[in-house]
Amino acid sequence: MPMVEVAGKSFEVDEEGYLTNLADWNQDIAGYLAQEEKVEMTDSHWEVVNFLREYYEEYQIAPAVRVLTKAISKKLGADKGNNKYLYELFPYGPAKQACKIAGLPKPTGCI
Amino acid sequence: MSDMMDDMEGGEGVVKKFMFVNRKAPHGTIYALEGLEVVLVSAAFDQDVSMVFADDGVYELIKGMNTKGIEVKDFSKTYRALDGYDIEKLYVEKASMDARGLTEADLIVDVTVLDSAEMANLMAEQDVVVSY
Repeated sequence: MPMVEVAGKSFEVDEEGYLTNLADWNQDIAGYLAQEEKVEMTDSHWEVVNFLREYYEEYQIAPAVRVLTKAISKKLGADKGNNKYLYELFPYGPAKQACKIAGLPKPTGCI
Repeated sequence: MSDMMDDMEGGEGVVKKFMFVNRKAPHGTIYALEGLEVVLVSAAFDQDVSMVFADDGVYELIKGMNTKGIEVKDFSKTYRALDGYDIEKLYVEKASMDARGLTEADLIVDVTVLDSAEMANLMAEQDVVVSY
């Protein structure tokens, strides 16, 4: 497995760049992963990333994008729980990119 | 569900009844976790999906699991995500529950308890039954 070094510590990622160990995650690593994805993190990005981490904590899976959209709509409102908003934040797919930055595994049901 | 059926009458594609039958204890084999992932993926295809828990499969739904001692992931909480995937038909077999001293209150999700005859009828209605 490849290793990456962030802020003087090294971490293991899989061949697609997803963090191997969820517990390794911190803000520095999120920043590094975002940079790899060419995403400039704003408060709106963090809101989605933090939402995903809470979702994972509760259900132990990374949600499919359809499920993520619905869940965000419920919690943060319909103006955020829609594909347009989420794809503007994460152009290569909110489930894929935001999950990666959140240190989660690749979403189940992501086809 | 009725909305989905209405959509189908518009010629949107074919909806089949898929039933996934879980018969094994959650850990020790990979069947329960892999079976659950298959169900989560199947949700993307807008089919009529149900899950059955019978025999040792009822143990998959036990509340308050702790897997630290055996160093495997506790995926029992993931059954609670099924609702968000629009998979709401969860059935458990009464005889399997009774034999293990379990009631609905011991389970992590809301289920429908069916006796063996009701379960057999439900299975007979399915287009596809996948058993683990």
